[in-house]
Amino acid sequence: MQLTGAQALIKSLEQEGVDTIFGLPGGAILPVYDPLIDSSIRHILVRHEQGAGHMAEGYALATGRPGVAMVTSGPGATNIVTPIGNAHMDSTPLVVITGQVATGSIGTDAFQECDITGITMGITKHNFLIQSAQEIPRAVAAAFHLATTGRPGPVLIDVPKDVTQSMMEWWYPVTIDEYDLPGYRPEVPLDDRAVAAAVALINEAERPVLYVGGGTLKSRAAKELLAFAERTAMPVVTTLMARGAFPDSHPQHLGMPGMHGMYSAVTAIQRCDLLISLGARFDDRVTGKIAAFAPDAKIIHVDIDRAEFNKVRQVDVALQSNVAVALTALDAGGAMPRNLDVWWKTIRGWQEAFPLVYDEPASDGLLRPQHVIEAIAAKAAPGTIVAAGVGQHQMWASQFWKFEEPGTWVNSGGAGTMGFGVPAAIGAKVGRPDRTVWCIDGDGCFQMTAQELTTARSEGIPIKVAILNNAYLGMVRQWQEMFYEERYSEVYLSADLPDYVKWAEAMGCVGLRARTLQEMHDAIDQANAINDVPVVIDFRTDAAEKVFPMVASGASNDDIMVHPSQRSAQ
Amino acid sequence: MSPEPFLGDVAHTPVRHHILSVLVENKAGVLARIAGLFARRGFNIYSLAVAPAESHARFSRVTIVVDAESAPLEQIMGQLDKLVNVVEINDLAPVDAVERELLLATIETDVANRTSLLDTLANAGAAIIDVDPGAVTVMLAGTPSACDALERALEEFARVELHRTGRVALPRLGRAATA
Repeated sequence: MQLTGAQALIKSLEQEGVDTIFGLPGGAILPVYDPLIDSSIRHILVRHEQGAGHMAEGYALATGRPGVAMVTSGPGATNIVTPIGNAHMDSTPLVVITGQVATGSIGTDAFQECDITGITMGITKHNFLIQSAQEIPRAVAAAFHLATTGRPGPVLIDVPKDVTQSMMEWWYPVTIDEYDLPGYRPEVPLDDRAVAAAVALINEAERPVLYVGGGTLKSRAAKELLAFAERTAMPVVTTLMARGAFPDSHPQHLGMPGMHGMYSAVTAIQRCDLLISLGARFDDRVTGKIAAFAPDAKIIHVDIDRAEFNKVRQVDVALQSNVAVALTALDAGGAMPRNLDVWWKTIRGWQEAFPLVYDEPASDGLLRPQHVIEAIAAKAAPGTIVAAGVGQHQMWASQFWKFEEPGTWVNSGGAGTMGFGVPAAIGAKVGRPDRTVWCIDGDGCFQMTAQELTTARSEGIPIKVAILNNAYLGMVRQWQEMFYEERYSEVYLSADLPDYVKWAEAMGCVGLRARTLQEMHDAIDQANAINDVPVVIDFRTDAAEKVFPMVASGASNDDIMVHPSQRSAQ
Repeated sequence: MSPEPFLGDVAHTPVRHHILSVLVENKAGVLARIAGLFARRGFNIYSLAVAPAESHARFSRVTIVVDAESAPLEQIMGQLDKLVNVVEINDLAPVDAVERELLLATIETDVANRTSLLDTLANAGAAIIDVDPGAVTVMLAGTPSACDALERALEEFARVELHRTGRVALPRLGRAATA
């Protein structure tokens, strides 16, 4: 069967089970948009290519399936660089297709030409510049294989216009050998000696902690984690990338560690004698000053990526594995720490002394952002998916929302990409239309990508957006207040400019505003009652609220700053 | 038993240097991927040589001498191994490898210096591969230390140009390389 390269590309995506492409056409990718009309694949037309990338990420994080985005060459391609970098930092499976100028024009500074494979070399797991139409099926199959196996990540396919316009004889690779990836070995057999060594360390431990990272979710290991944690009675912490991997309601769960982590989670790591890292990478936002991190702990590091071992912290046992496979092996090996009663008693003491708190909501005056999140959570349907931007609101969402299952927390971790929230929420809703999707956003973040609510309205994607509008770039303001003697530099945004209600309405959404507690409850109820169009609520919150606990940048986790009301107890 | 091991070329390579013999797919951009990885991770390359591997047009052999003080070797190899086009990495510790490189140099000559230049070349085992009335081009294929020695010896002559290829290496016979 003879097909054009463009037809072969769409057919290849169909072969991979793609149901949705987030994209925006342009000159170089034009040929591919023609056969798309006849395809079963849904295309979501975004308003900016960055939106396409973050939507694809949101889709992937909510479903566990790779997100797919398609854009044109030049500025189309560079506009999606930020989502690609974001997905690379968070190991999110993404396949991004970019149009490219015709092969004969490459290197001539042609119109809308840019070297996108060169630009994204360092922020993709791999990328391809296709040279002939005949290669398209192999590249697409290989891209999906690379994006979703081993340590997942973004893969980019750059397709020159003449390649999509030329003819090829249709074929599709059946076996992995046909992918032509002789250097790619994502899975390695489990090292029995490492498992035995890990079991031996666990069996001696008196103060162990399970340090659960995003790799646990990528490994789909929540079930194995729950079984292992319950059998061994060990305390669990879940990093920002792992929220939902272990139920927040579980009594063994201490919450999130790190710069804005729970006091008990941070301190349990500092005092533990064995830290079992499950798909975490000792990020600086978790470790604080690395030389002072978990000083008494032996380290068992489970990771599918061997380059993570000893990168930041010297490990005692490295177990290169998928987390689910490793936990099953540790279970089979009979891993069982000593009696943990004393350890738990100590931890419970920390939990009692330093719970997560914020000042009482004032009945007049501005809303407490933490209270807004708790109110939304209290009224949310079970299984609601929460997306966030980056900053104070993100930390509060992670702290105050109770996550019970994988795929319910969609956020930008490693890269910290402001503006991630709205498009990621849209992508999550497309992937999980059965779920309610809330975007907890800041006013700064919202202004970066809000135009995608037009996409949401026109494509019938009814997400709900809560803007915690404190009129500031809040996290930067917090740092300036605490570390720059309250010298506020370029952080004020205004609560009224833009008018978020009018803006939402202009994009075909329902716009609501809440200034008082009563208005807050009413607005949330009203938003919950609307299920056909997107809703945006402008919550007027207090800019003086800061995220606590906090470990200052570069400080030891021992020097954690608790909420001012708890300082005397510390 | 075996003869005294030949270790003449070992001393040259400081311990912090490691030789990575890397088999890569012969695809466009592979060298950029490797160079980019080293640049963004802050790994230092001491020298680098690339050529098609054996008879396969499909693969190339990249010999990278890395500065293992700029980053732990384990980290360099782990990150390198993640490049999809990298097929195989052999870590050749200097003591476990035989290394050679090629030096080419063009030297100005005249009646006054010709004899001493010829002596220098003879001592180094270097050959003259091109001649014109005012200059010669010489070649040495030897150990890195032999090339170093010749380079130093040639400093007393009027050097027009001197190029070195960077070294290539194979495991010393009887010693296993570690993958």
